[in-house]
Amino acid sequence: MAIANKEYLLDVYRRMLSIRLVELRLGRLFADGEVPGFIHLSVGQEAVAAAMGVVLRPDDTVASTHRGHGHALAKGIDITTFFLELMARAEGICQGRGGSMHVANMSIGMLGANAIVGASIPIALGSALAHQVRKTDAVAVAFFGDGAMAEGVLHESLNLASLWKLPLLFLCENNGWAEFSPTHKQFVAPLNKLADAFSIPHRKVDGNDVLAVIDAAQAAADSMRPGNGPQVLECMTHRWRGHYEGDPQKYRSGEELAGLEGHDPVALFESVLSKKGVGKAQQQKIRQEIEAQVEASVEQARKGSAPDWEMACNDVYTSTGEY
Amino acid sequence: MAELRFAQGINRALRECMEEDPAVFLFGEDIAQVGGPFGVTRGLLDQFGPDRIRDTPISEATMANAAVGAALSGLRPVLEIMFMDFMTLTMDALVNQAAKARFMFGGQTSVPLVIRTPHGGGISAGPQHSQCLEAWFAHIPGLKVVCPSNPADAYGLLKAAIQDPDPVVFVENKALYAMKGDVADDAPSIPLGTANIVRPGKDVTLVTYGACVHKAARAASTLADEGIDTEIVDLRSIQPWDEQAVLASLKRTHRLLIVHEAVEAFGVGAEIAARMAEAGFDELDAPIVRVAAPFVPVPFAPALEAQYQPQEADIIAAARKLCE
Repeated sequence: MAIANKEYLLDVYRRMLSIRLVELRLGRLFADGEVPGFIHLSVGQEAVAAAMGVVLRPDDTVASTHRGHGHALAKGIDITTFFLELMARAEGICQGRGGSMHVANMSIGMLGANAIVGASIPIALGSALAHQVRKTDAVAVAFFGDGAMAEGVLHESLNLASLWKLPLLFLCENNGWAEFSPTHKQFVAPLNKLADAFSIPHRKVDGNDVLAVIDAAQAAADSMRPGNGPQVLECMTHRWRGHYEGDPQKYRSGEELAGLEGHDPVALFESVLSKKGVGKAQQQKIRQEIEAQVEASVEQARKGSAPDWEMACNDVYTSTGEY
Repeated sequence: MAELRFAQGINRALRECMEEDPAVFLFGEDIAQVGGPFGVTRGLLDQFGPDRIRDTPISEATMANAAVGAALSGLRPVLEIMFMDFMTLTMDALVNQAAKARFMFGGQTSVPLVIRTPHGGGISAGPQHSQCLEAWFAHIPGLKVVCPSNPADAYGLLKAAIQDPDPVVFVENKALYAMKGDVADDAPSIPLGTANIVRPGKDVTLVTYGACVHKAARAASTLADEGIDTEIVDLRSIQPWDEQAVLASLKRTHRLLIVHEAVEAFGVGAEIAARMAEAGFDELDAPIVRVAAPFVPVPFAPALEAQYQPQEADIIAAARKLCE
């Protein structure tokens, strides 16, 4: 691994910590009633998103899930337009029409978070198809959780991606939970067996080790770009919060939650940084910088305007021209 | 001017769109090598090769979602779903994804995809190969729905559908594939949302679309012998539908009859009737009448299916009653 460079490590740290701090701030805004609807936080899973932010190029595309804030931020969505959207403002990235589960920015290849479990997979497959037909070496990434493993479109997509050798990374964030139920009570086959069945290379990594995820994702992308077909990358991680914010999580045991200690991807990477000579003081400085940036974005979002009904109605269709 | 079959009109539109725009990409079950179960895409693989037209596995849900992803990533996908009954498997892609992407992403993008699919009975194909489900899609904000009645319209409307920036469900009645008709060499594309008066008349407005246009025309010729002059409005496009053309016709005839092969309850005719009862109330000299399929699945036995389908005689009887 040729990534001992300190600047590189700081870049990775900033990406991961930004996601963490944005989401923690979001959780407080939600509790305070400043974010309508409901939100699903990815606290504890940031290493996977941040790693993809490091590995992917601007012309690569991603399709994401209901737990997609980290993916959107990692692909490069501006934090202020992100808060504007989640706080239902006209200046939001989706003009206040999508909210948490539909954050998207087509111009940077972020094809949308998605409220339908599993839908990210065939949508990313279509994007990979476009890359292939247009003869670019861009790749597409389908983020999905282990809860989506029982969705039929995953199985159809594994088959088709393999059949057509599409540049599609099946990126599973395996946190053990499918909404309110443990995944092992819902699905019998481990993902490596599924991948084997469809002749797709599978790799399983510690999803809380950002450098391990970067390494595996980079290898997958390097294999896909010249046209060697899809890859499955399974990142074992943990969901620290409820399925949604406010979820009392009565279905989780105290032992399980206590066992999360020691698996925090941010804390783990901070230990790595310390060993590489980036001390606590410097880490704290970076944290404060990001916190200030987040707070400035929240303040700006609070000043955003209410979305306009007529403008919303005008975007149901692109062309209503001559009717 | 060339005489083309309905299927050939579609084929010509596909071919020209592929020639004109390298982003147009065709996929579907058995459409490339075999040319589709109805031969609509025959010859396109030879001309364009497997990079532009592909056979797919039998995975409708993934194909339709892939069309969305491809449309968001620079292609103009045209997907064939072998029978409209199988569109039930594409509902998430169409209803939750394609229809909503422009709106819910704040106008960032369009979703220029077309799904071509055949509907309609009359060939004893049974309850899962015969349905007319167009009203389902017309009910979803963000989708467009088109249903041509002849080769020239099939050509012109499909060109418009492929060039359109929004997702379009393009419905082809199976009974029409072999129908012949003239298509001009320089035939234009036909803007979506424009109806066509296929027969002018002064006594009753008959609004219909697709294969029922021909049943309506035969009924109108019988009715003409009895002194009832029927104006036939071929909607061509169901979402958006040409409300102004229907209202203008109603103002001429003051009677409205709506005919379709789809189930009557909660159907396309229900929407037209409701709008005309509101916008055209003062024009109406009689209650609005619908002739459509009963609230029953499409049966297999030819005798049952003949009873199921709205027939010429049903249209004639309804028009007579309207003009009493």
